[in-house]
Amino acid sequence: MSASTFQPIEARPAPVKTDGLVAWIRINLFADWKTTLGTLLIGAALLAILPRFLNWALFHAVWVPHFEACHAEGAGACWGVIAEKFRIIIFGRFPFEEQWRPLLATLLLCSLLIVSCMRMAWKPVLGLAWILVLGSFFLLMGGGVAGLSKVETDRWGGLPLTLLLSSLSMAMAFPLALLIALGRRSKLPAIKTFCTIYVELIRGVPLISVLFMASFMFPLLMPQGFNIDVLVRVLAGITLFAAAYMAEVIRGGLQAVPKGQIEAAATLGLSYWQTQRKIVLPQALSMVVPGIMNNFISTFKDTSLVTIVSLYELTGSMSLALNSDADWRPYKIEGYLFIALIYFGFCFSMSRYSLWIEKQVNKSKLR
Amino acid sequence: MSTPSSPPKKSWSWRSQAFRGLLYQVIAIVVVLATVLYLAHNTTTNMKLRGIQSGFDFLMGPAGFDIGESFFAFDSGESYWRAYLVGFVNTLRVAVVGIILTTILGTLIGVGRFSRNALIRGLCTVYVEFFRNIPVLLQLLMWYLMFTEVLPASNEPLVFGPFFLSKGGLNFPIPEWASGHVWGAWGLLAGIVGAVLYRSYATKSFEQTGRVKSMFWAPLAIVLGGGILGWLLGGAPTALNVPVQGEFAIENGGALTPEYLSVLLGLTIYTAAFVSEVVRGGIQSVALGQSEAAAALGLSRGQTMRLVMLPQALRVIIPPVTNQYLNLTKNSSLAVAIGYPDVVSIANTAINQTGRAVECIAIIMLVYLSTSLFTSITMNWYNTRSAIKER
Repeated sequence: MSASTFQPIEARPAPVKTDGLVAWIRINLFADWKTTLGTLLIGAALLAILPRFLNWALFHAVWVPHFEACHAEGAGACWGVIAEKFRIIIFGRFPFEEQWRPLLATLLLCSLLIVSCMRMAWKPVLGLAWILVLGSFFLLMGGGVAGLSKVETDRWGGLPLTLLLSSLSMAMAFPLALLIALGRRSKLPAIKTFCTIYVELIRGVPLISVLFMASFMFPLLMPQGFNIDVLVRVLAGITLFAAAYMAEVIRGGLQAVPKGQIEAAATLGLSYWQTQRKIVLPQALSMVVPGIMNNFISTFKDTSLVTIVSLYELTGSMSLALNSDADWRPYKIEGYLFIALIYFGFCFSMSRYSLWIEKQVNKSKLR
Repeated sequence: MSTPSSPPKKSWSWRSQAFRGLLYQVIAIVVVLATVLYLAHNTTTNMKLRGIQSGFDFLMGPAGFDIGESFFAFDSGESYWRAYLVGFVNTLRVAVVGIILTTILGTLIGVGRFSRNALIRGLCTVYVEFFRNIPVLLQLLMWYLMFTEVLPASNEPLVFGPFFLSKGGLNFPIPEWASGHVWGAWGLLAGIVGAVLYRSYATKSFEQTGRVKSMFWAPLAIVLGGGILGWLLGGAPTALNVPVQGEFAIENGGALTPEYLSVLLGLTIYTAAFVSEVVRGGIQSVALGQSEAAAALGLSRGQTMRLVMLPQALRVIIPPVTNQYLNLTKNSSLAVAIGYPDVVSIANTAINQTGRAVECIAIIMLVYLSTSLFTSITMNWYNTRSAIKER
């Protein structure tokens, strides 16, 4: 046995690089033959479609509001239609020279929504802020005071109406949903039955039937001579509808509070309402914030349905803006894409926020 | 606030929990009953004052309007209840086909988000984020616009073999009716029975010998073979009713209207985005150790997904997917916006013609409530079947 027989094995090759752009491409796009085939097929399809789409949407698009230019041979998307009509699309039939009012109202409501998303603003004073902002919203839009001319609700429209319908109905649905959720968990059979029937009934029918009820049936249900504005009726309809869904979300939160908490509260001699207010609800509500946010997103999208009962919110005002003008009517696709972008912007940011707040809530649970 | 030091009295008291509970319930019942009676009273007086007749007798009277598309023949002289039936069948046509397509598309996209290919992952994410953040009504209107504005007119359609796509909708060949098709259907049925028998035999033989028998391809072959055998026995009818280019429109063959296609496409694409999120959540909920254990046993990636991951994920997936099915069914009511004659659209016309809002809205609600109930019951049955069997 001598050292001379020692044969070192061949050096192993350097490990395959697993970071950096090249490695990422190799692992994620060309890992094996199946992945490579997929990449090639999808890449070819994208290469066939994307340039066409970009040509239509950007490079050959017409940006100036001249419909002759849009009619020209080889013209792509006619974004000029937005430039021409955006005031009617955004503000509906609101009097043209008064449109700073809905603009201001929209900005107010938007900032209120943003502030409400911040955790440090979750204090009782926020409720006051909601009342103040919604009050000034109605004053700004309706007018009739402080030198503002009166504008009837049937001329309200566009984005302010969409925002008003979704945020006001959610604000009103919240207390109702809270009561219904508590009622469904109540030990009193009559109250539990009523709440269950309400929730299941509403969740079983489409929103459009509730809106039909609000617009066709409501006048019949009220005493003779009692007439409410159609906007208020539709608001009531959406509120009652949203409350049923929200109640289910809140009920989920209530169920997630450990029973020991309620028993401990009972041991301390707290009454039912004290237990709910001081022990159960603070824990349950912080858990359901993401769920309520999702409710808000669906309600925001659902407000587009009121166009069927002829209120001109964003979807309705878009059709209104283009249907009334034969020159621009062919460019409805662009109009739809524009408002789709607005809806997408709102809903996407809300869903990102909902994900973020979910992480925040879970963080406190982990500790 | 009650004094914590005093123990609860055994004897009956006005302040006892039992009495207060009873009181609250009596108040609740009285309030609800009073509201209902008040609203009913208002409605009847209003109806009398306005001379509106009530009752469901109008259902027997002639409808007096035509319906754009119906599964069976309908003309304006027929009664309202037939019109409602046409609308209901149209709703079901969208809902049932939509649910099937949504399940397929949603599962594909949900699984696609776990793909090893970054392009597939990215496309699936973009799909989900794009389609679920735009109102479904807007999507329906856009699809309808695509069909009625962007596509060529029906005298110069897009042609894909025997398929024609135009403003008039989609035209496709359908087999010419022949008695051989009945034979084919019976053969298919026999094939299904045979496949079920084969599967139970294969399971038993696997449990006894440990040898894996084909559980998917062989039963599929039995079903298809049965169908083809029956069709051959029936004389193998091959005549097809192929659509042909007429002077103004496309004639013969089967046809789907642009309204139906846009409702179906819009609802499917929208709901599939939600279903795919549910599927993704379900797969994520299966513990990672399960797939590692499957890999350690030597199962392939496909087998791992099919035999280990999906059966466990299904338990998490089914309840929320049921909700999405119900949403799809309820959203089919939006068809009224683009003029597809579903039950809501029929009811809307009926309200305008007869003024019987209460009855017509009651019918809408009844239809959707019963459809929802039926879907829930079916899915609950399936859910209990796939739930964990606990001792």
